[in-house]
Amino acid sequence: MAYFFNTPEDRQAMLAAIGAESVDELFAMVPAELRLARPLALPAAMTELELTAHMQQLAAANTSASDALCFLGGGSYDHFIPAVVDALSSRGEFYTSYTPYQPEASQGNLQAFFEYQSLICRLTGMEVSNASLYDGGSAVAEAVLMSMHATKRQRRVVVAASVHPEYRRILETYLVNLGTELITVGAPYGTISVDELAKCIDDETACVLVQQPNFFGCLEDVAAIGRAAHERGAMFVVSVDPISLGLLKRPGEYGADIVIAEGQSLGNPMAYGGPYLGIMACREDFARRMPGRIVGQTTDRDGRACMVLTLQTREQHIRREKATSNICTNQGLYALRATIYLSLMGPQGMREAAQLCLQKSHYAANQLTRAARFSAAFDRPYFKEFVVRDADGQVETLLAEAMDQGIMAGAPLGEWYPEWSDCFLVAVTEKRTKDDIDRWANCLTRVNSRREVAHA
Amino acid sequence: MRNTRATQSLFTLSKPGRRGALLPACDVPEQPLESLLPPSALADAPPPLAELAEPDVVRHFTNLSTLNMSVDTHFYPLGSCTMKYNSKRNERLVALPGMADLHPYQREETLQGMLRLLFEMQEMLGEIAGLPVVSLQPAAGAHGEMTALFVAAAYFRDLGQRRTKVLAPDSAHGTNPASAAMAGFDTLSVKSNPDGTVDLNDLSAKLDQDTAVFMITNPNTLGMFDGQIREIARRVHEVGALIYLDGANMNAILGITRPGDFGADMMHFNPHKTFSGPHGGGGPGAGPIAVTERLGGYLPAPLVARDAAGVYRLDYDRPKSIGRVRAFFGNVGVLVRAYCYIRTHGPDGLRRVSEEAVLNANYLLSQVKSFLPVPQGDRCMHEFIASATKVKGERGVSAMDIAKRLLDYGFHAPTVYFPPIVREAMMIEPTETESKETLDAFAEALRTIIEEPAELLHAAPHTTVISRPDEVKAARNPAVRWTDGVTKQ
Repeated sequence: MAYFFNTPEDRQAMLAAIGAESVDELFAMVPAELRLARPLALPAAMTELELTAHMQQLAAANTSASDALCFLGGGSYDHFIPAVVDALSSRGEFYTSYTPYQPEASQGNLQAFFEYQSLICRLTGMEVSNASLYDGGSAVAEAVLMSMHATKRQRRVVVAASVHPEYRRILETYLVNLGTELITVGAPYGTISVDELAKCIDDETACVLVQQPNFFGCLEDVAAIGRAAHERGAMFVVSVDPISLGLLKRPGEYGADIVIAEGQSLGNPMAYGGPYLGIMACREDFARRMPGRIVGQTTDRDGRACMVLTLQTREQHIRREKATSNICTNQGLYALRATIYLSLMGPQGMREAAQLCLQKSHYAANQLTRAARFSAAFDRPYFKEFVVRDADGQVETLLAEAMDQGIMAGAPLGEWYPEWSDCFLVAVTEKRTKDDIDRWANCLTRVNSRREVAHA
Repeated sequence: MRNTRATQSLFTLSKPGRRGALLPACDVPEQPLESLLPPSALADAPPPLAELAEPDVVRHFTNLSTLNMSVDTHFYPLGSCTMKYNSKRNERLVALPGMADLHPYQREETLQGMLRLLFEMQEMLGEIAGLPVVSLQPAAGAHGEMTALFVAAAYFRDLGQRRTKVLAPDSAHGTNPASAAMAGFDTLSVKSNPDGTVDLNDLSAKLDQDTAVFMITNPNTLGMFDGQIREIARRVHEVGALIYLDGANMNAILGITRPGDFGADMMHFNPHKTFSGPHGGGGPGAGPIAVTERLGGYLPAPLVARDAAGVYRLDYDRPKSIGRVRAFFGNVGVLVRAYCYIRTHGPDGLRRVSEEAVLNANYLLSQVKSFLPVPQGDRCMHEFIASATKVKGERGVSAMDIAKRLLDYGFHAPTVYFPPIVREAMMIEPTETESKETLDAFAEALRTIIEEPAELLHAAPHTTVISRPDEVKAARNPAVRWTDGVTKQ
């Protein structure tokens, strides 16, 4: 085994120094009757060469977004990742280090996380960012719990049905043991009605949670939603798409109290769902209620500016059961990748990426809905995703046939919204060319005509 | 030799008009912005990020990286964190396009390789745990703990029992009580004996029909295996409660003993520790949990299943499931690396991991105990707690002073002041991927440090890029974002 050092001579010398006869003797603390009397039933060891061949075989049994055209979204997106992101984040000094418990030996990570926090504040228009959470979904639950602590309201939380269904499922799972009532406001036309929402908010509501753009890609009337929340003293929590902030108003400008986001789009591979990073930023008043690591600036004994983990009295290793959350680590490496990505993109790059997503998604929707079979399910303004209705209601066949043509054409909506089982969700990023989009639209339309011919 | 210009703040380096990434021109017919989005939704200006050229970014972050200690550059005996070598091969394999470029909502027939890997991972973790049903969804160890407590809450709800308490030893990780609180339980602390094992009398006194779960770390946070574990499990089960094993210390017992065999009902793994996922400056990790057959139905959905024809699919048909704790499938990239690690080692290799980790820890203990007492005695599992109380009492030198001085000698510091039940604790975990020569050099450095003048140690470190930071100031006047050079008050 290439990772072990101890030679038989080393072992003998070490055992002699310990005063033990054998390595087995070192396990004397484990009672004999608890010992596993057989080898673990696992496959035999592989060398590097064998493992590589095995993994290549497993990889080849998948069809990836590098082999096929990807129009899938719903919280994970095929955005462009500049080579610099991979090159820098694969430096061992970054990825084989750990939480900066010794700031004198971790200024690289600490400064990167401080810069991450600064960039996230500038991107969202908020005052305080933590150094990241697990993912966009669990960040939603953490934000809601944070609002419950900050408002001291435990009874009710109001959420839009247009928030990612998996995020809402997570929230439900987190809240069920706390006895908090989760009220879901429907979005029958692709967005929620502010009047309907306002009826659900009472004086014991901790927060209102919406997503902008929402799960269907549509824009909610966030300013009015924020006002409705604040009128009843509830906090306004918004989950955003970071790429959209190249164009859209920043949540800090429309009254958000806590902003969360899935940070995958910022330079991270889709990787079948993770690891990603959960972005969380808030207004200054709530900084001490925040979960997760926060890096702050200070000075060392010689007066030099430097960085440390700060506000640690919020955290589990000090406060134990009274901590703001049980969260221990951040997603350091992915926060670093997001920092590098945002540094490369800059204001102009973010704006252009957002504009490309906007223009290309609208072009795609227009091309596809020229066919009578397909229509836009909602008439709301949208950013980079939209929902298509299949008049034939054959979403499963349609998407399967498109996959046969090498196109991941969309995600069926019926799995989450049974009332929309004739619809699918499409995402178009800056990576899709006009040719890609034409190929996608033609493919879906051809499946259509073949079917009609077959029926004739 | 330090390039201090390159490590200035990104915002200091920024210059309007510079670009670090260029995107292609729009190749579809463009429509006016206002015709697509309502003006009220649009920002007046792009977000005020830093503006840098690509070489700027490369030099900035490359130089920042050199300000870190890491496993690739230094011995990193950070107790409880299992900072072992991270295989370069596994980094390559996880980046294969057929692994990295998979969208979570792809059709199952396009994911058969990935689903097979995850299915095998469920099986292998179940075998190592001795607990057959596995969820790979939790994103970190603490997240796994919380998920398991959600499972326990759902289980008791199903039984129609209202149990309100979680017990955990006073030596437990802080995440244990914090996770219990998130699952709506009250936590009660159980006393430890001087050797770190559970005080059985105190446990029995606190166990009752209101107890849902006893959370235990075994080997415990003092690096000792609690041999009373079967008796503990018997007492816990007698009142109908469940045993949760915090798997932080699995590196000591791979193939030696299995939590399911010594009485645990639920556990989490830290694949980033035990199975060598890189720690990434603080994450990502993962926190898969393994449970008994009886609790399996409550795990978050989906799990990966294999049908009779050998086709892999996501199994969402789990009516008793607690729901979800994370979007999509979990921290898959971490799991892929762990899979590679387990397949590289096989059954004999994994057992050898624990043997070498325990041998290295005991050897290091034997080399330091004469000048840095180890209250728990002459033997340990994969880590041990040395205490600086003697040198603190004699010369006022603290565990923190020693930790800081170790940085000057080119070693990362051990974990200090944890567990809370040992005074001036230094928790040392060498791992199996270190040589006798490194351990000897580390012991020698400690021996030298213990003899150094107290003033020198109070002022340590002396050779790092900064001296000790003022943490009180940082917390009192938080400056947590760049504000154009003005430190915010």
